[in-house]
Amino acid sequence: MKLGKPQSNSNKFEPLLRVSGLGKHYVQRRLFSRQKIVVNAFQDVSLTLYPGNTLALVGESGAGKSSLARCIALLERPSAGKLELAGENLLVLDREQLFPLRREVQMIFQDPSSALNPRLTACEIIAEPLLIQREGTKSMRRARALQLMEQVGLDPAWERKTPLDFSGGQRQRLAIARALALGPRLLILDEALSNLDAANQTLILKLLADLQAAHSLSFLHISHDLRLVSEFADDVAVMYQGRIVESKSTWKLFASPEHSYTKELLASVRSVESIVLERSA
Amino acid sequence: MQVLLQVKDLKVSYRGVDSSQNHAVEDVSFEIAEGEVLGLMGESGCGKTSIALALLGLLSQEQAQISGSIQFRGEELLSKDRNSLRAIRGAGISLVFQEPELALSPVMKIRDQVSEVIHAHNDWKWQRCRAEAELALARVGLADSPRIFSSYPHQLSGGQRQRVVLAQALACNPALLIADEPAASLDARSQGELLALLRDLQRKLRISILLISHAPEVQASLADRLMVMANGRIVEQGPFEKLYRNPSHSITRAMLRNSTPSTAAEELNLEMVR
Repeated sequence: MKLGKPQSNSNKFEPLLRVSGLGKHYVQRRLFSRQKIVVNAFQDVSLTLYPGNTLALVGESGAGKSSLARCIALLERPSAGKLELAGENLLVLDREQLFPLRREVQMIFQDPSSALNPRLTACEIIAEPLLIQREGTKSMRRARALQLMEQVGLDPAWERKTPLDFSGGQRQRLAIARALALGPRLLILDEALSNLDAANQTLILKLLADLQAAHSLSFLHISHDLRLVSEFADDVAVMYQGRIVESKSTWKLFASPEHSYTKELLASVRSVESIVLERSA
Repeated sequence: MQVLLQVKDLKVSYRGVDSSQNHAVEDVSFEIAEGEVLGLMGESGCGKTSIALALLGLLSQEQAQISGSIQFRGEELLSKDRNSLRAIRGAGISLVFQEPELALSPVMKIRDQVSEVIHAHNDWKWQRCRAEAELALARVGLADSPRIFSSYPHQLSGGQRQRVVLAQALACNPALLIADEPAASLDARSQGELLALLRDLQRKLRISILLISHAPEVQASLADRLMVMANGRIVEQGPFEKLYRNPSHSITRAMLRNSTPSTAAEELNLEMVR
């Protein structure tokens, strides 16, 4: 049995992910009352992501970015719209039919400390997705985990260490190795760099870019930090109060922002240099 | 300027499960003058928070071994007992954490939460503590117009909650504020507002701040001097502008993002990813 993903027959020009008219609302019930309150997390969201590309999704906290990410990863069911992965409509499938497809979309979260089980060793953490998808024997899974550790820049000799023994940057590398274990085609990075210092942000960005080139991965990169995502995104979608208000290529967004919120977002991007100049003035 | 806090050869090590010692902080020495903002940068896991906890005496002997010397206004903190430490916490040195959600009680109105701090440090009647609490809240820019004082934390925005925590921290006029990633959980706009507020209050009240943050923008807008840590040791410290313009260490340069991403990645790969 071969580990990793089966060879994909995807066409470079066919979108990997196509989201159209997607919406999600939550219904809150009041205690001792029949009244229901409908909260719209996001509505009428349409996005297209091509193989090997990066789409950045930016917006302030509470704009619905993370709810959208969770819906695309099908951790939650969207309440309206269409979600297609490599041409297949995911929302008509049931749990069992979805199970083999889950390997195609993996998520990396903001806080690696809470995303990793503190009682498992590095090797067990990376091999867990393989175990869940019932792939290979124990020794094959371990070999694959060690190979992945090497790929993300962790010393395979650390296989028996637990997350607490790693620094923040190393923990995020561990989370990336786990996400890569099943050979996904789409990685959703939900604020995956915001908890890291600038030095580690640079290193992880470099690692992600290398991995993208090597495996033609697609990234959906969610962040409130426009400066950070613009460094390696092909396109940017700006989300404001649950809707996508602007979506275009990165250089176009910087050159000619249209929506007032986008303009405000661009204005809030301040370089360290400008702050230093201001304080010496 | 007078020295407010002097730390010499501080070492903090934690006991592991198999009775091994994990050295979190090694031979760290620094000073903070009165009215000065000292920035502390470093990757997560390098010992920044351990320093903050050690300064406040929040690490118990069972958890950690601390050696060296911490002098606050000339008094040695490491030899103090629990009660005298409790008097210093809040009134002499206070702390603002990253997560205001965790620092506030979810079942108490915010005016009462601030009053409680004042009540703990003064022999005043509750009435007077409440009045002082209102002043403290007003100082951080929270007005009672939409009945903010009698709301619960979940009814406020993240930026407002962080202001409440700041009001608590400043309520008893501490000489030193330790701010551990004070703006990290806020979005760009509230982050800018909080930093501007912190700068105004620091100048007005002439307090010293130990500012722990990995964000170069945060350090650039507040820090007078900067200290960069890696693996529990200080790699460089000096005036902020000197470190920004002429860093002598590649980690400092990359932390302050004063280099292009690709060259930084190459330099750092040698040092940080072992």
